[in-house]
Amino acid sequence: MSAFGWLTYAWNVQLLGPAALRINRWLSESRDKRGSRWNAETLAPPLKISFKNKELVGRHWLEGRYANLRHKVAWVTSGAPVEIFKALDYYVLYPENHAAICGTARVAVELSCEAENAGYSRDICSYARTDFGTLLSGKTPVGRLPKPDLLVACTNICQTVLFWYRVLARHFHVPLIVIDTPFVYYKEASAHALDYVMRQLEEAISVAERVAGKSLEERRLRTTARLSKMASELWLEIMGRNAHRPAPISVIDQFIQMAPIVEMRGDPETVDFYAAMLEEVDQRIRQGIGAVKNERKRLLWDNLPVWYRLRYLAEFLGEHGIALVASTYTNAWGELAPMIDPDGGMDAMARAYTYPILNRGTRYKLETMREMIERFDLDGVILHSDRSCKPYSIGQMDQRDRLLKDHDTPALLLEADHNDSRSFSEEQIANRLAAFVEMLGVEKWQRSAHWG
Amino acid sequence: MAEIRALGIDVGSTTAKMVAIDGWGNMIWHFLEQADPRVDEQVEWFLLSVQEANPELTYYPGKGVEGIPLVATGYGRKLVQQATRQVTEITCHARGMYREMGHGGTLVDIGGQDSKVIGIGPKGEVVDFSMNDKCAAGTGRFLEDTANRLGVPLVRLGEVTLSASEEVSISSTCTVFAESEVVSLIAHGVPLQPILKGLHRSLIKRIVAMIRSVSFISPLMLSGGVVRNPAIPVMLEDEMNEKVIVPKFPQLMGAYGAALIALELYEPKF
Repeated sequence: MSAFGWLTYAWNVQLLGPAALRINRWLSESRDKRGSRWNAETLAPPLKISFKNKELVGRHWLEGRYANLRHKVAWVTSGAPVEIFKALDYYVLYPENHAAICGTARVAVELSCEAENAGYSRDICSYARTDFGTLLSGKTPVGRLPKPDLLVACTNICQTVLFWYRVLARHFHVPLIVIDTPFVYYKEASAHALDYVMRQLEEAISVAERVAGKSLEERRLRTTARLSKMASELWLEIMGRNAHRPAPISVIDQFIQMAPIVEMRGDPETVDFYAAMLEEVDQRIRQGIGAVKNERKRLLWDNLPVWYRLRYLAEFLGEHGIALVASTYTNAWGELAPMIDPDGGMDAMARAYTYPILNRGTRYKLETMREMIERFDLDGVILHSDRSCKPYSIGQMDQRDRLLKDHDTPALLLEADHNDSRSFSEEQIANRLAAFVEMLGVEKWQRSAHWG
Repeated sequence: MAEIRALGIDVGSTTAKMVAIDGWGNMIWHFLEQADPRVDEQVEWFLLSVQEANPELTYYPGKGVEGIPLVATGYGRKLVQQATRQVTEITCHARGMYREMGHGGTLVDIGGQDSKVIGIGPKGEVVDFSMNDKCAAGTGRFLEDTANRLGVPLVRLGEVTLSASEEVSISSTCTVFAESEVVSLIAHGVPLQPILKGLHRSLIKRIVAMIRSVSFISPLMLSGGVVRNPAIPVMLEDEMNEKVIVPKFPQLMGAYGAALIALELYEPKF
């Protein structure tokens, strides 16, 4: 690295940037303008930790702008075994998270159009189209994305990533590691499937070492895995606190606060962040603060969020005293915590990365939902039928049917898309949500009337 | 006429309906006409008609009839500023149908641009529901558009369909594509009746798929403007192998349910 590059990195990433972000957080905390834009009559203000989250995420993307000056850069899928690359000192970027940021910033459609104009079908996942749009136009709300030196696609979340990362490899002319995780149809993955994943992880390490120009230190890998496990355990514990009534944080809060567990897993700051968050959540419980004031009904959310309509959903449900208490999606970043074994070597890593919910049968998801309904004492389920995420949405019709018939739990199928607002039909969604709310019997007039 | 105690209005995509009920929940007056895009003017006109027929009532323009609660439903419900409350079609249809029939079941409501299937429990509560997708397939609009293309008046559509001894398969459920398919069949010399029967079959299959997507509760009930087409209940019975029950006023069940809710909520306490 040149002296100029070294200085530029040090000045922006280690001195000026963090200082500016910290000052911004201090100012925000002192003004405490939490929730000023969201309906404060029905919703609790966002967690104080939100300011820290903004700082952490801001620093991550700031570092990304200059990462090529000091680090090797790996672009990875959200289910990739990130510990290997963190331990080799890669700067790790998650294109899915970048796309989600574009979704919340409401620029995803503009970027998707760039991809569609270049010939990518609208039937492709909107995360992929958003990122292709950024590649083609250079537009991004995070300033600039670093060029990857390595691409890592793990198929434990979907098959689209295989083709998505091939496009990236062709665009950047860099090596692509594909980790193929066989689908777990029944309760346990077969021994030969786990062996197959383990051998791929070993191959991935040798490619990553070659690109990084250094060897993987076992001690560092163990430390990173330990930090990953600690953060995942804390995240799981935070979500578990929603068994309390009223639920201290909503699933909408979880969607906002989940960025570090996805894109900064393995960092010590992430552990500190979730430890502080757990403390704040416990404080809320002690004070009897609920995410939704006057909580009357508790629901489960299945599938990815609708990133560009988080506020709409929070406010609509909040007005009716409905709290989204649990979600299979946010749970996915915590439920594997017990499987992460820092001392278990590649064998344990292969196991943990073969078992994400999206790599398991639809029966497993149904069982997860049923278990959550009991544990969190839920009154119903909203199944987001996500046009972009086929692996998550497949089976939802049957799952809805089973929830209703076998578990007497009302469930609503809501058609939308996690990033493409063109697939969000406002009037139809509002009508279905309103009818579902009436069905749950939470309207003020329903509670006062002699119904039935 | 008995004394009006509550009103219900259903502003649908094709027609607007108003129902007045007495203190026992009996329907004593109703009004139905083509939906006007200017919903506020149409509601104003409805309410003036109520006052005209009942001179003892006082209507305050833009506000409502004094002492008479009004619940609005249908896709245009939010535009009814005179309404005491807005309630979705799902709840209102279930309420109206339960009162009319005296039991629960699975209600299929096929409207102009909207179809829904509602599971009604033994106490009249909504147990489950399903609505048509983001297009007009499986609704009255599908038949209306294709009937227009074939030059068959809507009032004769059912009769001509039922007279068919044969049936051709219409593969598309999309209104626009089905129309192209029909044009192609005509060009190949296929007679009118089999085409019409095929179109009805296509719609019915779409509805049956919706019925299958909810938890079925017997008996099967049918409401909505499309019920005026006699081929629909006959072919639905045939496809479902289940007897179909149709209320006396199939188009008014939403407005009737809205009026019943209005009565329940705002009934004076003695």
